[in-house]
Amino acid sequence: MLVFGFLAVLPGDPARVALGVNASDEAVAELRRQFGLDRSLPVQYVDWLGGLLRGDLGTSYVSKAAIGPQVFDRLQVTLILVVAAMAIALVLAVPAGTVMAARHRRLSGVALSALSQVGVAVPAFLAGILLIMVFAVKLGWLPANGWTPPAQDPAMFLRQLVLPALSLGLVQGAVLTRYVRSAVLDVLREDYLRTARAKGLRPFPALWRHGLRNAAVPVVTVLGLQLATLLIGAVVVERVFVIPGLGSLLLDGVSQRDLILVQDVVMVLVVAVLLVNFLVDLLYVALDPRLRTGTR
Amino acid sequence: MNVLEVAGLNVSVRDTTLVSDVDLTVGPGERVGLIGESGSGKSLTALSILGLLPEDVVPSGSVRLSGVDHDLIGADERALSRIRGRDLAMVFQEPMTALNPTMRIGDQIAETMLIHHTHPTRSAARAAAADLLDRVQLPADLLRAYPHQLSGGQRQRVVLAIALSNDPALLICDEPTTALDVTVQALVLDLIVQGVVARSSALLFITHDLAVVATVCERVLVMYGGRVVESGPVHEVFTNPRHRYTQGLLAASNLEAAGSRLTTIPGTVPAAGHFPSGCVFRNRCAHATDLCATTPAWSGTSTTGYACHHPAGAPHA
Ligand SMILES: Nc1ncnc2c1ncn2[C@@H]1O[C@H](COP(=O)(O)OP(=O)(O)O)[C@@H](O)[C@H]1O
Ligand SMILES: [Mg+2]
Repeated sequence: MLVFGFLAVLPGDPARVALGVNASDEAVAELRRQFGLDRSLPVQYVDWLGGLLRGDLGTSYVSKAAIGPQVFDRLQVTLILVVAAMAIALVLAVPAGTVMAARHRRLSGVALSALSQVGVAVPAFLAGILLIMVFAVKLGWLPANGWTPPAQDPAMFLRQLVLPALSLGLVQGAVLTRYVRSAVLDVLREDYLRTARAKGLRPFPALWRHGLRNAAVPVVTVLGLQLATLLIGAVVVERVFVIPGLGSLLLDGVSQRDLILVQDVVMVLVVAVLLVNFLVDLLYVALDPRLRTGTR
Repeated sequence: MNVLEVAGLNVSVRDTTLVSDVDLTVGPGERVGLIGESGSGKSLTALSILGLLPEDVVPSGSVRLSGVDHDLIGADERALSRIRGRDLAMVFQEPMTALNPTMRIGDQIAETMLIHHTHPTRSAARAAAADLLDRVQLPADLLRAYPHQLSGGQRQRVVLAIALSNDPALLICDEPTTALDVTVQALVLDLIVQGVVARSSALLFITHDLAVVATVCERVLVMYGGRVVESGPVHEVFTNPRHRYTQGLLAASNLEAAGSRLTTIPGTVPAAGHFPSGCVFRNRCAHATDLCATTPAWSGTSTTGYACHHPAGAPHA
């Protein structure tokens, strides 16, 4: 509803943009009728919503092709990118945050802390440009941009994935590290960790066996929120790396006033975020037995 | 040969001394009480023995455990972790937070035995865990429960089962019933005593409740201001206290027995680092004189005696 309303009041007639500034008023009126743009806004809204429920995302104002297949193609690309970035962020943040917490009074912990602080301040697109400059332009190790479907050429797919995934993942990793650090610090102060030590576990095994799962609960919350940030970050990074994902589709749609397409992409993103939140809730219950209802 | 020998224990944080010159011994199978008001340094003493003081709190002195050929103070984590949970076990004050909320009770009990390889297999450790649970009078189906499904008293019994699982030579209990309902206190105390007696384990029992010490312990040390001010057999110390602090403590706890007059120790326990020099009790003591500005010497033997310039009553028999 919000998505639809917001886009409807934006200036710029989609039919006019689609046909170009030189098109005659009759041609524009004809196209408006064809798209159903001459109907009242509520009718358009209900029509679009009805289509969504039937799994029909409608027809593009610009290419006149069905939007559904295109969106799902692009969604796959974006999901691969986001999941890869998330994996990088996790691999980075969990050990780094844990070390930072365990050594928060020592030099190594403080140094890591400062490093992550720097990482937090760098926007993903800047990280992307820097990575391209170093690894693609200067060192020539990896391609600067492009996208190859994994089925077509797995090696090329991976080589092209590395830099965009890194530029998203490094920044998210730095942010996540801060949260892992504070979650682990909290757990280190818990009585049950002292009990674990009193049983004869050394500090690190005690943290591993008794702290990890407990520290994961707050971190998972952040993960859910971060996935939303990552989806938005992906829009920009896809532009930088010329990747045919949902983000570039969205930006194309906006510049061409392809309202239906933009609505659909935003809708898919919203659904994706809702789905992630749902998964996060499930994960919570899996992690923390106190949230389970019923008996043992 | 004593199970535990603590000599000249000091505990300090930065430049504040929290525990001074504590000597403490526990014989095999002996049950020793450590009493004193909150803030006297009882918990710090216990944590020093276990080597689990907070990061910025530093012990010095000597802590020896029979069968261990090195001093526990200054020992490395590897050496200490072999002792903790096997020769030396502890029950903490707060049962609500002492157990891992995301691990099943059975796994938490079995873990102690698996860490120290006292049971050959995981299933043997599980069976032993069921048996331990039964000994603290909890049903075996709690093995699969999580801590939040148990009451405070039940959780403390689980903590006790964990502590006793490897038949430790010494069990330390730090106010194990303070956080519990009065209704379950007696049961938990009973289980603690039964547990150590059945294993011939020694017990160091910390409390501020004199009645509890009288039922559980054979010998007692009175702590105040980070120092041991008096020690001796429970019966003697309680019927014939010598140190003025012990005397005040007894008077304050015997309200009913003493009749209608309310007796409490005047004033409150100072914050750490704010105890007077000399006798730490002199600012709250009705008998204090100028002499008390010097640290009173220990009178008596190492296990029975007191440190007071103006002792009460007749000498210990
Ligand atoms: N980590 C710490 N830093 C500074 N002071 C502490 C610390 N832990 C305990 N203390 C102080 O040491 C004193 C003794 O504490 P504690 O051993 O817990 O007393 P008790 O167990 O007898 O109640 C208290 O005054 C307490 O405030
Ligand atoms: Mg205490």
